[in-house]
Amino acid sequence: MSPTITTSSEANGNVSAATARAAASAAAAAEARGPQSITMAKALNTAMADAMRDDSSVLVFGEDVGRLGGVFRITDGLMDTFGEQRCFDTPLAESGIVGMAVGMAMNGMRPVIEMQFDAFAYPAFEQIVSHVAKMHNRTRGALKLPMVIRVPYAGGIGGVEHHCDSSESYYAHTAGLKVFTPATVADGYRMLREAIDSDDPVMFMEPKKLYWSKDQVDLEALAAEHTANRAAGSSSEGRAAVARSGTDATLIAYGPSVPTALAAAAAAAEEGRSLEVIDVRTIVPFDDDTVTASVRKTGRAVVIAEAHGFASVASEIVARVQERCFHQLAAPIRRVTGFDVPYPAPKLEHYYLPSVDRILDAVDDLQWEN
Amino acid sequence: MTISASQESTADQASEVQRKFGISVEDYMLPARRQIQMVAPDGTLKPHAEQGTEPGHEYPIPGDAELIAAYERLVVGRRVNDQNSALVRQGRMAVYPSSHGQEACQVAAAMCLSDGDWLFPTYRDAVAVMAKGVDPVQAMTIFRGDWHGGYDPQEHKVGIQCTPLTTQLLHAVGVAHAAKLRGEDTVVLAMCGDGATSEGDFHEALNFAAVFHLPVVFFVQNNKYAISVPLSHQSVAPSLAHKAVGYGMAGERVDGNDLVALLAVLDRAVKLAREGSGPLLVEANTYRMQAHTNADDDTRYRDNAEVSEWKAKDPLSRMDTYLRSRGLLDDDGAARIAEHAEAVATQLRDGLGEDVPVEPQNLFRYVFSAPTPQLREQSALLADELAREEAGKAAQKEAGK
Repeated sequence: MSPTITTSSEANGNVSAATARAAASAAAAAEARGPQSITMAKALNTAMADAMRDDSSVLVFGEDVGRLGGVFRITDGLMDTFGEQRCFDTPLAESGIVGMAVGMAMNGMRPVIEMQFDAFAYPAFEQIVSHVAKMHNRTRGALKLPMVIRVPYAGGIGGVEHHCDSSESYYAHTAGLKVFTPATVADGYRMLREAIDSDDPVMFMEPKKLYWSKDQVDLEALAAEHTANRAAGSSSEGRAAVARSGTDATLIAYGPSVPTALAAAAAAAEEGRSLEVIDVRTIVPFDDDTVTASVRKTGRAVVIAEAHGFASVASEIVARVQERCFHQLAAPIRRVTGFDVPYPAPKLEHYYLPSVDRILDAVDDLQWEN
Repeated sequence: MTISASQESTADQASEVQRKFGISVEDYMLPARRQIQMVAPDGTLKPHAEQGTEPGHEYPIPGDAELIAAYERLVVGRRVNDQNSALVRQGRMAVYPSSHGQEACQVAAAMCLSDGDWLFPTYRDAVAVMAKGVDPVQAMTIFRGDWHGGYDPQEHKVGIQCTPLTTQLLHAVGVAHAAKLRGEDTVVLAMCGDGATSEGDFHEALNFAAVFHLPVVFFVQNNKYAISVPLSHQSVAPSLAHKAVGYGMAGERVDGNDLVALLAVLDRAVKLAREGSGPLLVEANTYRMQAHTNADDDTRYRDNAEVSEWKAKDPLSRMDTYLRSRGLLDDDGAARIAEHAEAVATQLRDGLGEDVPVEPQNLFRYVFSAPTPQLREQSALLADELAREEAGKAAQKEAGK
């Protein structure tokens, strides 16, 4: 009815215009060379831009991701660069965003959608659990859902209620979802590119307190590495990283807890204790090999996560390590997690969050006298 | 140009409606004052003035070939429903939510679409799934007990029959959106029932489709009951079709037991959607003649008198009488169609009665595009269990010799 309806030729014309703009922005980006001080926000933003440039079926949508560039600015500039057909705002309805993405993924697109905050993703829970996770299995692989659901998650930002939940356990518990969570700026780029490439749906959990963390990163080199890996059919999915080498005990952490674990390891080093830090990176699929190799070497482990400990990812890691490393363990595995209370108000969150001191206390408890 | 066009173009839309139909945009979106009904329950064609049509809500009678093809599917659909219910009674199928009494809706929902168009059905829409071309046994596999699916949705552009209410409406919106972005003229028809209109995803799907101006036809089969709960407990809107105007789309209601009217209304809805008029909502006024499923006892919540009243409005006898009065059907034709229906029933008995071998390793094969290390471990564990079970059986057999 409306004269502004997309006709076939207009749609194609628009996509080519957007592609031309994208090429221009790529040329501009190419001027900067070598490692630069980059935030995780910039790495994530560049990952989406590069993926959209490489593949016209990659679309970005959600609430406020268009003109505003997202409440955290992670999608900044994507609408201007790629046009309103490829980066756009939706009505304010999370189930609608995820459900529409399912249909688009069924029909040849690779949607990358944003849930504005962890707790705002709950209205979409049915779509995620009953369809995103199960469509591939239900159709015996006839329908793949190559979609990424980006979830800014976890606390430490002084947020009001419903803005700081660690919701990864809900998704990790659901068969059929991959769950990624980057802890470094470089992984922000690398892992988001791999999530977008994945033919399986990925819950991409972004630790919002790390959005503005900086590192010296060469995004061009990362992009080249990604292109080479993809051509070789390899990926870092399912591989944990040794974030710091050590010999006395292993700290196992992911997402927002990795910098805390590294700080604890640095403090322990001053006291003469050598702690290894494992960054889990992809909760699903989980890298049993790297984690167990480390614990077998050190004989002691502490698992650290912001989420409530009861029935959590941290609990699952403890169980898995115990099953595989029992005879190499010198002490029971400890957990340092959030308490089993609703995420607290800003003035109380520092009591709740795993801290360097609480981690070091747990390390001290690992029966060193044995 | 923008894809979220509708908010910015209300004035354009109003003027286009005015030009195309000679009515205001409100009169276009609001359903006609009465439901569209062309053939009366006794099979006689209603006078044009009494068909419920109005300026801007006009529906020509579908062509003879379409009517005959639809009638054949109607007869097959009834036979499919009754055969499946019989298979449940015989214990050969776990459950079957029958669309007995709603077959006209089922047939029209599939027939209004072209080959490249998508259909998103619910668990009660197996007859529509078959009418869109899916093999009957594949369509029923979901109830056979060995697989949650049964067919490749891409092959016939038919979603898997969806159990969580109205969640599939959003998938329909997404398929239409992707097609529109590529400049394709695909139309998507999404089905749900009256109870389902209470769900949040119903609202979100209609709103998304309207805001993005997508070619989706939402087709509500108002069969009056959500298991036991009557329509009056779901909605007090003047009609379910009236919900359309709240989203900025056109709504229409139609006699859901009048196949002629259903085809007329849905054909036009699909045509308008394909031409770029945006989404439409069609409510079919029908009745669930049988219990929700075999596990349900409908005598606890409705009177026999009500069921009998609807039996007199049966879509099959109505269409039979109408086609014979038009000279489009005779005894030979009816016999040939009955034979076809019987062949499909035989196909179902054979396909669903057979002892389907299950493959335990399929548990792990399709969770992801490639199994994770954890799934490979679990798959090996199950394989080992099964191997030991087989070895045990073989040893017993040997000992028994």
